[in-house]
Amino acid sequence: MTLPNEKADANSAGGFLTARHAAFTLALLGVALIAAAAFALAVGSEHVATGEIFKALVAKLSGNNSALSREQEVIIFSLRLPRVGLAAGVGAALAVAGASFQALLRNPLADPYILGVSGGAALGSILGIMLAGQLPYGRPLLSFMGAAAASFVVYRLGRRDDDPARLVLAGVVISTFLSSLIALVISVAEDVKLRNITLWLLGDLSSGSVEGLLFVIVTVIAGTAALVTQARSLNLMMVGERDAFALGVETGRVRWIVYLTATLLTGAAVSAGGAIGYVGLVVPHLVRLAGGADNRLVIPSSAVGGALLVLLADTVARVALAPRELPTGAITALVGAPVFIFLLLRGRRG
Amino acid sequence: MLELKDVHFRFDHEVLNGITLEVRAREVVALIGPNGAGKSTLLGVACGMLQPARGAALFEGRDVTSLARREVARHIAMVAQTSELRFPLSALEYVLAGRYARVRALGFDSPKDVEIALASLQATDAVQFAARRFNELSSGEQQRIVLARALAQEPELLLLDEPTANVDIAHQVSLLELVRRLAHERGMGALVVTHEINLAAEFADRVALLKLGRLLACGTPREVMTADLLSACFETQLIVDTHPQSGNPRVSFTRIASERR
Repeated sequence: MTLPNEKADANSAGGFLTARHAAFTLALLGVALIAAAAFALAVGSEHVATGEIFKALVAKLSGNNSALSREQEVIIFSLRLPRVGLAAGVGAALAVAGASFQALLRNPLADPYILGVSGGAALGSILGIMLAGQLPYGRPLLSFMGAAAASFVVYRLGRRDDDPARLVLAGVVISTFLSSLIALVISVAEDVKLRNITLWLLGDLSSGSVEGLLFVIVTVIAGTAALVTQARSLNLMMVGERDAFALGVETGRVRWIVYLTATLLTGAAVSAGGAIGYVGLVVPHLVRLAGGADNRLVIPSSAVGGALLVLLADTVARVALAPRELPTGAITALVGAPVFIFLLLRGRRG
Repeated sequence: MLELKDVHFRFDHEVLNGITLEVRAREVVALIGPNGAGKSTLLGVACGMLQPARGAALFEGRDVTSLARREVARHIAMVAQTSELRFPLSALEYVLAGRYARVRALGFDSPKDVEIALASLQATDAVQFAARRFNELSSGEQQRIVLARALAQEPELLLLDEPTANVDIAHQVSLLELVRRLAHERGMGALVVTHEINLAAEFADRVALLKLGRLLACGTPREVMTADLLSACFETQLIVDTHPQSGNPRVSFTRIASERR
């Protein structure tokens, strides 16, 4: 075998990640996300053609009156648009958090929901609603603290373990423990706000506020950018922390940055949209299947892919049994649970 | 190049007890000794992964634990036992990780990095695996990829922890031949932990004999690999004669000798 042939082969077979491949993949996902957003804005109880929405948007941005009726304007721009933004932001945050936890814990089964990190954030959010309703950002702050506590426990349990299933088991135990705490808190509280909490726990994007939306979007953009700067280091950590250290990675510093950022993303997503499960599992897995395991592509693609998945799931949740609404988390779990079982079985075989 | 000075290290008991050892440029030093002698721990100290309780590991006169990790990785490459990889990385991507300390934190691998990675794979006779997934290769093939990653670092010092474990005899010989060539031709230093004492006798310039955290002896294979010293070190009756072709010590054992004892 000669070297030149092998060289060509390694390139054409996608032996490593090139900037061109990364840009192409991200552009493709971006186009899909824009199409899905346009679709989500158009469908629902009041159907408005995509072209009309686009014209109205252009008119609005240029300060003119749009051709839409007042009612249509309210539905599209005050109800659907924030919800589309929230779905995309929450999805991106959860998928990026999942991809980061997976690389950090060297375990493709890691997902903020399965690990109980979302549960910690949910408990924090509920306490935030009850105790810190008046404080600005009290809810996301407590949500983040809950997520941090849960992910700290999971990290200690899972970091040097050889069996990927054991980490999941630990996550299940943490989740059930947190669920009982949540149940306890709910039964003690008689606040009217908590009536719909069970629905919200399954992931509910209908009650999103504008400041919640802004918080999620800012967190997602800053968090994803921070993690992309660590992507190369994460590639090495994914192989093994000891190897990464020997190859020049300041593993202690990277661990903290990634752990804090992924936790922050989970906290922001859950406080805004409830505990939507399996996004962090399904999206990075599909991204790796299509484009390889290099985190320089996996992390940004997970952001766009996660936004796409939750946006589609939320649209289905809104439209499928209209006028009744399904919890968005139920739709993602319907997709995610089978993928999880597939990964678990494949892990056993290998 | 590498100076280990009176290195002490303890986990819950004394693992290393005052080791002083030097690895110079252009030489291969083999580190041999029974299980639990502290060989891997000594490599850990040498690359700055473990902080000795007393003494120090110096690279070109500087304490390795005081250097930034990128700085260390530009000079010292470590090949240890690999752990299971659960992500679909290609062998080439695995080797490109060796370029980490030499490129910017952001951005993509340059054609030069890819060229160096492929040349490293070529050197360990593994270039045919470049586009294959690392976790689908056999453990012996993986071992060659891991060595290629170390070469891609373009280090001055190689620390190898049982590089020939799981590797077939032909590749054991070619791997150690490669290490010897890199040392003698490119001026690298190499410290190799191995259980293959006959490979050590053939390929090492010097042999260090370690037992229970102490250095029993250190010198050329002919000086160190005597029946008395090896038998005492491994606590088993070993026979040492001379290899008919190379003239190096040859270590073997026989059931009769151990029964007589």
